[in-house]
Amino acid sequence: MEIDGQHQQEATTAVPHGFNADYLRIYYGKLFPHGDFFKWLSYGNDGKHPGCDQSFVGRREFSFTLENDIYLRFQSFDSVAEMENSIKEKCPFKIDIGPPAKRHAYAQSGNNVFVPVERELIFDIDISDYDDVRYCCSGADVCKDCWPLMTIAIKILDASLRDDFGFNHILWAYSGRRGVHCWVCDSRARKLNNEQRAAIADYFRVYKGGENTMKKVSLTGPVLHPFLARSYTDVLKCFFEDKLLLSQQLFASEERYRKILDLIPDENIASELHDKWQGNRRSSISKEDVNATRWEQLKTTLQSGKQKAQGLRRCVEEIVFSYTYPRLDMEVSKHMNHLLKAPFCIHPKTGRVCVPIDPNNCDDFDPTTVPTLSQLLGELNADGLHSNSENGK
Amino acid sequence: MEIVRSHRQIAAAAAGGGGGDGGGRAGGLPTYRLAPQLEVRLEEFELFAIDRLGVLKGIADGLSRGKRPEEMEKLVNELWKARMRRQDPAETLNKDIISHFVLRLVYCRTEELRKWFLSMETTLFRYRFRLESHESQRMLMSEFQLPYKALPHLEFEAVKDKLSQVARSIGQSATVESVFFKVPFEEVPDLVASRRVFLSKGYAYVAMSQVVSLVVTQFRCNISKALVLTNRKWMATIKEEEKDRLTPIVEALSNAYFGPDYSQPKDAVEISLKDIDQLARTSFPLCMRHMLEKLRENHHLKHGGRMQFGLFLKGAGLKLEDALAFWRAEFSQKVGSERFDKEYAYSIRHNYGKEGKRTDYTPYSCQKIISATPGVGDHHGCPYRHFGEENLRAALNKMGVSGHPLEEIMDKVKNRHYQLACTLTFEAAHGVSCDTGINHPNQYFSESQNMLKAKNQAVQSQPTT
Repeated sequence: MEIDGQHQQEATTAVPHGFNADYLRIYYGKLFPHGDFFKWLSYGNDGKHPGCDQSFVGRREFSFTLENDIYLRFQSFDSVAEMENSIKEKCPFKIDIGPPAKRHAYAQSGNNVFVPVERELIFDIDISDYDDVRYCCSGADVCKDCWPLMTIAIKILDASLRDDFGFNHILWAYSGRRGVHCWVCDSRARKLNNEQRAAIADYFRVYKGGENTMKKVSLTGPVLHPFLARSYTDVLKCFFEDKLLLSQQLFASEERYRKILDLIPDENIASELHDKWQGNRRSSISKEDVNATRWEQLKTTLQSGKQKAQGLRRCVEEIVFSYTYPRLDMEVSKHMNHLLKAPFCIHPKTGRVCVPIDPNNCDDFDPTTVPTLSQLLGELNADGLHSNSENGK
Repeated sequence: MEIVRSHRQIAAAAAGGGGGDGGGRAGGLPTYRLAPQLEVRLEEFELFAIDRLGVLKGIADGLSRGKRPEEMEKLVNELWKARMRRQDPAETLNKDIISHFVLRLVYCRTEELRKWFLSMETTLFRYRFRLESHESQRMLMSEFQLPYKALPHLEFEAVKDKLSQVARSIGQSATVESVFFKVPFEEVPDLVASRRVFLSKGYAYVAMSQVVSLVVTQFRCNISKALVLTNRKWMATIKEEEKDRLTPIVEALSNAYFGPDYSQPKDAVEISLKDIDQLARTSFPLCMRHMLEKLRENHHLKHGGRMQFGLFLKGAGLKLEDALAFWRAEFSQKVGSERFDKEYAYSIRHNYGKEGKRTDYTPYSCQKIISATPGVGDHHGCPYRHFGEENLRAALNKMGVSGHPLEEIMDKVKNRHYQLACTLTFEAAHGVSCDTGINHPNQYFSESQNMLKAKNQAVQSQPTT
C-alpha cells in the first residue's frame, strides 16, 4: 500500500513513535476491523438462516490485557456492536482469543467447568527458539537475514496443512515482533480434540530441543517420510544452501563450524574436517566461498561411498533440518483452551500491527516494514478520514 | 451381573454363547460392551479381580521399563496364561469378563484411577488383539463398526510409491502390504503423530497391520465412556447399597495396587526452605537436582520446569509460604519481585489448590515426566531420557556415581530403561540396594530420607559400652 506524495505532508503530520491508550483509542475507533473480525469468529452463526446457533458467538472467550497489566478473562460478546463498544471503551493493550465454551463465558465458578466445545487449530512459531542457529540477532530482535526462517516455517506448514491434512481456511498472522501465528479455521479443524491436536503437532515435530542434548534432530530410517522428503527437496535444501549458509556465515569461523561438526556422530570424520579447515586460513577467497566450499566438502565426505555407518546416512539432512526446519511451540497447539493473541492487535513493544501474511507471497513479507501504530495515525492525520486499513497483504 | 454368596455353580451357559451374552464378543476377544448376565460368587468377585489386576500391574511394569512392542506382546501372553487362562475356554471368558467389570467398579472412582485403568486395559486389549487370528481381527473390526473399505486397486496403484516410502521410513521392507484402508486422519492419532502413515487431503492410508491402532482407539473410547457412567452409578446407588458387602472389597482392591500418589505429603513430613539445597544433595533424584541447579544458576525456570519441580517440592512437604519465598528469592533476581508477584506467584498458589478451580495438583510420576517433550530452553523431563550421553555422565559424576555402577546405568539408558537407570543411581548414591523400582520422584525422595533417618538412628542407638 503506497501513498504517493506523502513526503511533504509527513513532516507536519508525523506522529511520534509510541504505544499508549490515546493512540489505541484512535486505532480502535477508526482502523481496527471490528466487523470482519467478528464475522470471522462467528463462522456464520451471526446470520439469520435456520442453521444458526444464536448462542455460539456469546460463548467465545476473549481476554483483554489493559494498561498497567490488568488482565481481564472471560470477556464475551453477543454482537459485533457489543464487542466494538467494549474494545473502544476499555482500549485493551492486548486481545487474546480463546475457544467457544459449552456454557456462557461468565458461568465459570464452582462446578461449571469451562469446557471448550470447539477451537481453531493454532500454531505459534517464535524466532527466539532459533537463537542457537542465528548469529545476526538474538532474543526479541529480528532482521532480514533471520526472518526467512519464519518464511520457511510458513511454507512448510502451510503446504502440509493443505496437502496432507486437507485444510483450506488458514490464516497466518505476524505476531508483531518476532514470530508468526497460524489459525486453521476449517470446521473439521475446530472439532479436533486435544489428542488429535497433539498428533498433528507431533507429526510436524522434528526438532527435539532441550538444553541437554547436542543432537536435536534424529532422522532414522533409510528414507524420509514423504512429508519430510518433500519439505527437504522443495524448501529446506535450497534455503539452507542458497540463503542461510551465507546470511549466517555458518562456516566462517571455528566457533560456528564446530557447532555443525558436533552434529556428526562420527568423531573421525568430524576431526578430519576440523583439521582441514583449521589449517585453511582465509586467503584471497571471499567469505561466500568459504561457506559454500566447506559445505560441499562436508557433504562429499559424508555422502561418499565409503560411509556405510547407520548414523551417517541421514547426517546431511539432519544438519539442514537442525538449522532450518520449523520449531513449533507444542503446548500452544495441543490444548483447546489455550488463548492466542488476536490478529490486528498492536504489539506493545514494537508498535507494529499483527497483520495477516499471505502464505503464497510470504517471501515478500518484511517485518521491518510492517506499519506501526504511530505511522498509521500519521497517515490518518495526513488524509483526514483515511479509511485504508493496515498493510493487508 | 448378579453376585451371590452361595456355592452354586456359575451359569456356564451364559459364558458359552457367542455374542448374545452381553459381554459382547466377536472372535476370541470380548469387548465388554454390556455388563454380563452372569451369576458370580462373592469369593470369585475378589479373586478374579486380583488376578486381572496382576496382569494389569505386570503390564504397567513392562511399560515403565520401556519394553518394545514385540516384548510387550510376549509379556501379555505370558501374564494372561499365568493368571487368567483356565482349562475350559468358556471359563476363561467368564473370568475375563467378570474381572473386567469388577475392576471397573474399583477404578471408576477418581480421575487418576480411571486414567490408569483405561491405559492398562487398552494396552492389554491392544496386545491381545495382535495375538488373534486375521479372521478374528476382521470380525472385531466390524464389531467396532469401522466401516472402512479396503482401498480399491486403482487408487492403491496411484499411491503405492508413497506407501512404500512410508514403510521404508519406519524400517519396514519396501514391498508394500496389499491391503490398505483409507481413513480420516482424526481416527488414527498415534499413527499420525509418529509419521507411520501416508497422509493426503485429510486421509491416512493405514495398513492392515496398523489396523490395531484403529480398533484400539475405539476400544479405549468405549471404555472411557463406560467408566464415567460406572462412576455415576457407583456414587448414586451401588456404594451405599453395597456398603456391607462389595464396597469394602472394592476399596481395598484399589488401595492395594495403585500405590501412593504423593498428593498429600505423609504426616509429619515437612521440609523447610533452608533445607532445600542440603536435601537436594542427599535425597533428590537427578531430574530435580538438575532443575534446582539450573534455577540457582539462571534464577529462572520455564513453565514445564516450574510445574515438575514445584509440584515435587509440594509433595516432599514444602509449605505454600515457603514455596512462594523460595521461588521469589530466585526469580526476583532475574525479573524483579514485582514481576514475580504479578506473573508467577499466582500459578504457585494455583498448584497448591488455592486459586481457580482449586484442584490440588499431584506431583508428576516418572511415567509422566519421561513422556514430556522439553523444548528449547527447557530443563524438565527425565535426564536419563533427554540428556545426551556426555551430559548424563557428567551429571552422574557430580552425584558421586562412577566406575562400574555408572556403566551399568548407561547401559540401562541405552536400552531405554530409564526408571531402572534411576533406581541404580539411587543404589549407587546411597550404597544400598533398592527392592522396589523407582516410579515416582517423591518416592525416590522419601525412600532416601527414610534410609538416612534409619542410618542416623542406627548410629545413635549403638551401645556405648
